[in-house]
Amino acid sequence: MSNDKVITPALTLRNVTKRFVGAAGRVTAVEDISLDVREGEFLVIVGPSGCGKSTLLSLLAGLEQTNEGSILLGEDPVRLPGRDRLVMFQQDALFPWLNVLENVLFGLRLKPGLTEEERLESARYYLSLVGLADKEKARPHELSGGMRQRVALARSLAPNPRVLLMDEPFSALDALTRDQLYGDIQQIFTKRKKTIILVTHNIREAVCLGDRVVLLSPHPGRVREVFEINLPRPRRINDPELASLAAKVTAALSSHINEGVNS
Amino acid sequence: MKLPRPVIPTLLAIAFLSGWEWYVRTGHVNEVLVPSPSHIFKWFYESLVNGELLSATWVTMRRLMIGFAIGAALGVPLGALCARVRWIRDTLGVLALGLQTLPSVCWVPLALLWFGQEESAVLFVVVMGTIWAVVIAVQESVLSVQPLYLRAGMTMGSQGWHLWSRVIFPAALPGIVSGMKQGWAFAWRSLMAAEIFVVILTGFGLGSLLHAGRELLRMDQVMGVMTVVVGVGLLADIIFFAPLERWLRSSRGLER
Repeated sequence: MSNDKVITPALTLRNVTKRFVGAAGRVTAVEDISLDVREGEFLVIVGPSGCGKSTLLSLLAGLEQTNEGSILLGEDPVRLPGRDRLVMFQQDALFPWLNVLENVLFGLRLKPGLTEEERLESARYYLSLVGLADKEKARPHELSGGMRQRVALARSLAPNPRVLLMDEPFSALDALTRDQLYGDIQQIFTKRKKTIILVTHNIREAVCLGDRVVLLSPHPGRVREVFEINLPRPRRINDPELASLAAKVTAALSSHINEGVNS
Repeated sequence: MKLPRPVIPTLLAIAFLSGWEWYVRTGHVNEVLVPSPSHIFKWFYESLVNGELLSATWVTMRRLMIGFAIGAALGVPLGALCARVRWIRDTLGVLALGLQTLPSVCWVPLALLWFGQEESAVLFVVVMGTIWAVVIAVQESVLSVQPLYLRAGMTMGSQGWHLWSRVIFPAALPGIVSGMKQGWAFAWRSLMAAEIFVVILTGFGLGSLLHAGRELLRMDQVMGVMTVVVGVGLLADIIFFAPLERWLRSSRGLER
């Protein structure tokens, strides 16, 4: 990471540690994580369950607070949730009492300095970006899982956050819908130049989407390795080159896990 | 051929009423104690014409509406407070749980001593019948709102009152409505109890009418009023709670 240029990163993590006190006593979820996320970068955090990747995302979102270390958005410390870092969750988290358009408007309405027309226009623009312009009156339950995640994507993009955080948003979808969404996300990423941080346990997905893939090892979650992915976009999940890269990451992951078991 | 759904219940009702009518008319029972349906209907018609029934229903409904409104208006914020603040839940929440099981007619003696035979005594009993069920329902439904919705709302910048009014309450609404319905049923029962047991000087309600029927040995009146009481309860459910619940469920895709 030393060869990074010295420009202010979108997000800076410095020695971030988070512990929980649970039934099993004190658990260190993530330990001493330092990372710079560049502006306009698609960073993927990948690791097996228990590596603290979701905790890390909650910390970035401001839904949890660090015990040690600091997180900076630009130059401002992150402590609380904020519109500048929107989250796409594992389940779509759409509000069932609102229709699709109102769901997308929810975040926009909390953004000051916009007229109602501008909000509507923006909501409709993002709905059409995810290909659901004709579904604005539908209720979330009337949509398929893939469509719901698309609405959730539109909802997170609409207020134009500085960083988009994604917490395994594809894991509950079937393979076909997932492949389609990989395409959509990449298209939007290329078009909108958004900084995106995705958390996943799917290594193929990580290699398919990320500019950089950060490998976390579990118990406690630590950065093990960082892979630069220089494949051209749009990438296809079944691309053989991508598959061989994914195999490399998988090998690295298993060696770290075995290391952990043997020690 | 499939019969329309109301056919069977209507036929059964006619059969039941005719059987009853026949049984009474042929002298199997004392007509003073068990009036025939036609007698009850006659009372119903007469008291409707002379305005007695409508004015009593109005007095009772007004008490019910006001008492229920006060109970709900107090119960919703108190329930929310119980959900939000741990020590309030541990005190008021537990108290509400206990008082909810107390038959609200138990409040009648207290109400009489505090307020006298006044409108406020009846209202007090109705409020006490409503409020605890509402508090418990609101507390439980707010506590069981999916954390995911809160997280989603918070990351989009919702907090404080906005989070309560736009995320927590809408999410908890189905549970709150069920609690309201239960509160309504409790309020209705407590009101009847209060009106039957106590002569309230400020108005002659359905309960008083029923009580008067007993004293006059007019069982047609007693049973007629009982029918009206049942009818009001049913009607409240049919025209208010059932459609509301159905709409809430279907618009969120919860209908089977």
